[in-house]
Amino acid sequence: MHDVATTHDEGKGQYFWVWGALLILTAVEVALAYNQVFQPVRMLEALMILSVIKSALIIGYFMHLKFEIAAMKWVLMIAVVVCLCLMFIFFPDAFRIIHLGVK
Amino acid sequence: MADVAVQHGIAGAYEPSLFGTYSKKIGMWLFLLSDSLTFGALLFAYSYGRISNPQWPTPFGKESIFNATIMTACLLSSSLTMVLGVLAARRGDGSWTRNWILATMFFGSAFIVLHAMEWSKLIGEGMTPFKNPWAATVPQFGGTFFTLTGMHMLHVTIGVIYLGVVSLRKKFLPILLGIWLVAWLATPADNVFHIGVHVLLIGFVVVTTILILKPKDYDAHDVEVSGLYWHFVDLVWMFIFPLVYLMSTKVV
Repeated sequence: MHDVATTHDEGKGQYFWVWGALLILTAVEVALAYNQVFQPVRMLEALMILSVIKSALIIGYFMHLKFEIAAMKWVLMIAVVVCLCLMFIFFPDAFRIIHLGVK
Repeated sequence: MADVAVQHGIAGAYEPSLFGTYSKKIGMWLFLLSDSLTFGALLFAYSYGRISNPQWPTPFGKESIFNATIMTACLLSSSLTMVLGVLAARRGDGSWTRNWILATMFFGSAFIVLHAMEWSKLIGEGMTPFKNPWAATVPQFGGTFFTLTGMHMLHVTIGVIYLGVVSLRKKFLPILLGIWLVAWLATPADNVFHIGVHVLLIGFVVVTTILILKPKDYDAHDVEVSGLYWHFVDLVWMFIFPLVYLMSTKVV
């Protein structure tokens, strides 16, 4: 194996913390959904917020994007922006169809 | 511009990398970027149908949600073992690199088995890509569900094979062939996975070809790049799990 130069803190502890946080967030999602805490639209919003937080932890820490240079981060943000645009187009349209009562 | 230059051995022969890292890693990130759009399309197709159809089936009861939660925990744990493997590779600790990657493969395999059981249960209840027993007016439920989760299961399977090659190289070939044979013979002939396990055989042929044409020792960079792929598979599940399972829990 080659040695690869690293420029950031390589403590294992932070990865265990992130793993624990991801498991706790998953447990919160399951509790919210299984107990039907919110109506479907509110539930979707709550689950999406929690999922975005989880994905940010995975991309930032496990995939090390937090430690990459700015140029790399901005290029990869393109996909995030496209997915967010799709979300803001499709989800409101799906809600609109419900309100119109289309069968 | 980037302060970190890729070392190519020939001083001045190449310009510094725009992204301050090595080309294999940039290549994998760009692949993941395109793959995220593929999964994005499948996720939006499923979610659009889910939200806009009040009659959308909610077949996932306590047992299915428990199963999917264990699957999620398996993938999250596999991401932890993968990142520990990447750290070990950076330290030059080949033994622990292999051990952590093998642990990652174990969790990934557990995910596949649990997911296959979930699929078999749904198919046993009468669900196909074209119809489902819960809502006759929503035939697209099966198609969108199987396409989305099947695509993800395929990615996890490819990931396990990829990690097997990076950690064990040619030693992985007989293991992969053995797993395919056992899985094929152990699966009932009327089960969809009796055919599905042949993905492993296709993987065996592809991997054998690669290892014969380009035999090499995989270094810390290769481990990190394979880790990026694996974490992406985990990342996608973080959206499939709530959108598919948690938004369709069976109200008791």
